[in-house]
Amino acid sequence: MSEKGLASSSAATVAARMENNIVVQNLKMHFPIRRGLLRFKAGAVKAVDDVSFVIKPGETLGLVGESGCGKTTVGRCILRMYEPTSGSIVFDGKDITHESQSRLRSVRRNMAIIFQDPYSSIDPRMSAGSVVGEPLVIHNLTKSRQEYKDKVEELFVMTGLNPDMTDRYPHEFSGGQRQRMSIARALAGDPSLIVCDEPISALDVSMQAQILNLLQDMKERNKKMSYLFISHDLLAVQYISDRVVVMYLGRIVETAPSLEIFANTLHPYSQALLSAQPMPDPVAEEKRQRIVLEGDIPTPINPPSGCSFHPRCSRANKECSESTPTLRDVGGGHYVACHYAITA
Amino acid sequence: MERLLTVSGLSTEFRTERGVVKAVNNVSYHIDGGEILGIVGESGCGKSVSQLSLMQLVPSPPGRVVAGTAEFGGVDLLKYPRKSREMCSIRGREISMIFQEPMTSLNPAISIGSQMSEVLITHLDIGKSEALERSADMLSQVGIPDATKRLKDYPHQFSGGMRQRVMVAMAMLCTPKLIIADEATTALDATIQAQLLELLYKMVSEYKVALAMVTHNLGVVARYAQRINVMYAGRVVETGTVKEIWANPLHPYTEGLISCVPKLGEKLEAIRGMPPSLIDRPPTCPFLARCKYRQDPCYSEPVADLTYIDKGHATACNIKLKEAGLL
Repeated sequence: MSEKGLASSSAATVAARMENNIVVQNLKMHFPIRRGLLRFKAGAVKAVDDVSFVIKPGETLGLVGESGCGKTTVGRCILRMYEPTSGSIVFDGKDITHESQSRLRSVRRNMAIIFQDPYSSIDPRMSAGSVVGEPLVIHNLTKSRQEYKDKVEELFVMTGLNPDMTDRYPHEFSGGQRQRMSIARALAGDPSLIVCDEPISALDVSMQAQILNLLQDMKERNKKMSYLFISHDLLAVQYISDRVVVMYLGRIVETAPSLEIFANTLHPYSQALLSAQPMPDPVAEEKRQRIVLEGDIPTPINPPSGCSFHPRCSRANKECSESTPTLRDVGGGHYVACHYAITA
Repeated sequence: MERLLTVSGLSTEFRTERGVVKAVNNVSYHIDGGEILGIVGESGCGKSVSQLSLMQLVPSPPGRVVAGTAEFGGVDLLKYPRKSREMCSIRGREISMIFQEPMTSLNPAISIGSQMSEVLITHLDIGKSEALERSADMLSQVGIPDATKRLKDYPHQFSGGMRQRVMVAMAMLCTPKLIIADEATTALDATIQAQLLELLYKMVSEYKVALAMVTHNLGVVARYAQRINVMYAGRVVETGTVKEIWANPLHPYTEGLISCVPKLGEKLEAIRGMPPSLIDRPPTCPFLARCKYRQDPCYSEPVADLTYIDKGHATACNIKLKEAGLL
């Protein structure tokens, strides 16, 4: 199901709603900037500007981009931690765009998030067991005290934690173990979608590999579960994702199946991003062509006209500063938003 | 190139309530003039502390350099007291350092121009106007437009990448012999990190300055360094040229580090377990608990010192050294 097709045909939309885990259409999230004594609206940070994508059950969608590109905001909108400015979010066939917080409670059982920083995302005053078991309590998923205990221990074992440590406190765990706790907590409600917001960025290299493998293993157990994997680490995204979305300044610039996007990168920004990723292989490094972008990332308060990437793009010309490119289908599920990506 | 820095037997300890942490344990290495040395390892492996020890910048107490020598230009850096005139004339003049977080290493209340010219005035005995002129020149060399005007700006008026450029310019001001970049690009975004690394590379090659790159990112090392030191639990476990180490890693930890980088279509091979505590370590190999090649003797024998197997390629793995007939 293509992004464009979704917008045009309503019959297709209904079908898409049913068969996809999440359908995001024309999502916009603008944060107002208020100034002065009367807090008049002085402008807006266009964190996410017209973003559409779908995630199928069992699929891992990788969301890449640099800081400030809106990737975290997209993740948070999906979980309805923010109420979007416009657009729609359909989760498991149900429109949750403007659902009230009380009604979201039942929906949230099926969605979970793993945050970047395993130190600030866990309450230091709760025991490890109660951190992991909290979703079970909130959603009333266990009938007896014993069942709750068994379930928590099962989650501990599943994520590679020692079940004897349920009564310990978070400070006794290392960063990697805390991230395992976050994963166990996310899995507690048996969700159909987990948003992984930079889950490995704060960890050491050897721990990163362990956590990536754990995430993969968890998906083997529940093939219907999907991930939105948000990261700036292209190697990790390439490893774990089925499809990849590249964002720049609140917009999607390119999306394609994982294999395709790394083999046939079309958007100049994706190319630069890929080239900026240092490859841990000295032989391949020598042959690799390096694209070093000029300048800084512009502010999303006042993004450049036309294609927001044009001030840093080597191929940009007059058209790029005037008209905003839309996502175009180049075949094989590969979409790119660039005036010249295909001709060049 | 001639030998620039020779560190031997460096050990640094931190005294804590729970015991003595041996953050750096008998580390020896060298850097030649104009060379780029990568120092890789995970957090807590002593890569930063070993560099801070050279500069006498380890917070003391609780830190203390307990043993070792660091010969630089015919003198032993570790002999000088931290605030001695000799040490102060080396820091920033002969050896300069670039830290990870540019916002905390620049003073937010002083303009960039004053901070930069201070370096020149302290070390080179030149007047303020000339110092400012040279600062502006260096700023434009690191790619900051309108350099003369921007001297009046304060650190918060620069973006993260620009601030790190200022740090590079500052480190280069006195054309030192050695720059220590301690995770200098880690806090930056991917494309900005690439810009900064290229800039740093350009600057050190142009002025023939040696660079010690402390990082946990193997990719950065693979791209820019000529030789690397792999550190684990306060020790250098392997050293060699980048190509040799990738083609033929001689320590199981190095092998693990290389294979735990995600590659397309392959199942990731993670290093199991986690790094050991550095308090009261037994004399056996610190990597023992995580090693997939461990053998029975490893549990009883003390770990070997870093020993050269080939010319320029050394390991501290007992098994590999036995295979080579060196233990």
